[in-house]
Amino acid sequence: MIPADLRTWVFIVLAGWIATDLWRWLGVIAGNRLKEDSEALYWVRAVATALVMAVTAKLIVFPTGTLAASPLWVRLAAAGGGFAAFLLFGQKVAVGVVTSVLILAGLLLATGSV
Amino acid sequence: MPGLAPGISFEWPMQTDSLVSSSRLGWFLIGARGIFSLPALILMTSFIGFSAFALESGISRGEAVFMTFSVWALPAKMILIGTMNSGASLAACFIAVTLSSVRMMPMVASIVPEMRQRRTPLWLLLFLSHFIAITSWVFTNNTIHTVPRENRIAYFAGFAVTLTLVNTAIVGIFYGVVAAFPPIVAGILFFLTPVYFVASIWATARHAVVRIAFVIGVIAGPLFALIEPEFDVLYAGIGGGTLAYAIDRTLRRRREKGAA
Repeated sequence: MIPADLRTWVFIVLAGWIATDLWRWLGVIAGNRLKEDSEALYWVRAVATALVMAVTAKLIVFPTGTLAASPLWVRLAAAGGGFAAFLLFGQKVAVGVVTSVLILAGLLLATGSV
Repeated sequence: MPGLAPGISFEWPMQTDSLVSSSRLGWFLIGARGIFSLPALILMTSFIGFSAFALESGISRGEAVFMTFSVWALPAKMILIGTMNSGASLAACFIAVTLSSVRMMPMVASIVPEMRQRRTPLWLLLFLSHFIAITSWVFTNNTIHTVPRENRIAYFAGFAVTLTLVNTAIVGIFYGVVAAFPPIVAGILFFLTPVYFVASIWATARHAVVRIAFVIGVIAGPLFALIEPEFDVLYAGIGGGTLAYAIDRTLRRRREKGAA
């Protein structure tokens, strides 16, 4: 049995630290065998990007915290509008982020949903 | 220069003026300067939010600080705290966190070939891989190709280690200071992270396959969350990524044939 005051620390080390670094270490082992511009690296890039974008899109569609109370269309309009502005104005990241935030703030206030 | 907010736009990271020698330390410091970039600032606000979340969830200051340094990836920490507080067993917590962290493997694997040199020792790559999470991955993808290969390790270490240490300090300092943001501020802070990823990953895609995977991931993530919430990100990532690769490969083949 784990003493109660140590429980959280043991959980952080085993279920937190090891549970995440395990994959990072496997990534190093796998990546060390990949050649730049090999077909395998293309596939790894595609999988990494799809994973990150899946996590990202879930943050927009299924947010936690205060945004969970806001309508989905508000978040989609903010993210989509920001992305459209980003594409239209020379693909500047700051343009996309600022536009998204302005649309979000405006719609949140207008709908009174937060 | 992608990824920089107006007003803090260093001519960076290519300011190879007299201040910055081509030494390892010089490149470490150029990397460290990335702490003032837009993605780093967004992440820092997220960690202020995390310190409030940790307090709310009954995690002590010491535990929150240790967790920030040792786990590092923010989603993994949220899941760890969530499952721990639900009274789940150690094994159940491990499985929940590790399933959410599978993405680390392709993320790290896609960066290593661009970062290492023939003589880079394995232990160094293993050590530095700890500092990879989504923000440092995006930042590194954006900038690493502008850094001479022999300095890439120093540059990455400068950025990623600094980012982790600064955020660890932020959690220690802000724990108990900020109980909660006003709702609209909390909402906007939460939203910064995904919209930053959306713009920066698109802006810095140097291969068509990344844009295809981007579109498929954005659609497949929420879709699989509805169909198969437990393994949604895995299906969307591995299935969606493989589909993106297949599409890209077909397009490339066709172009080669057309050119021949």
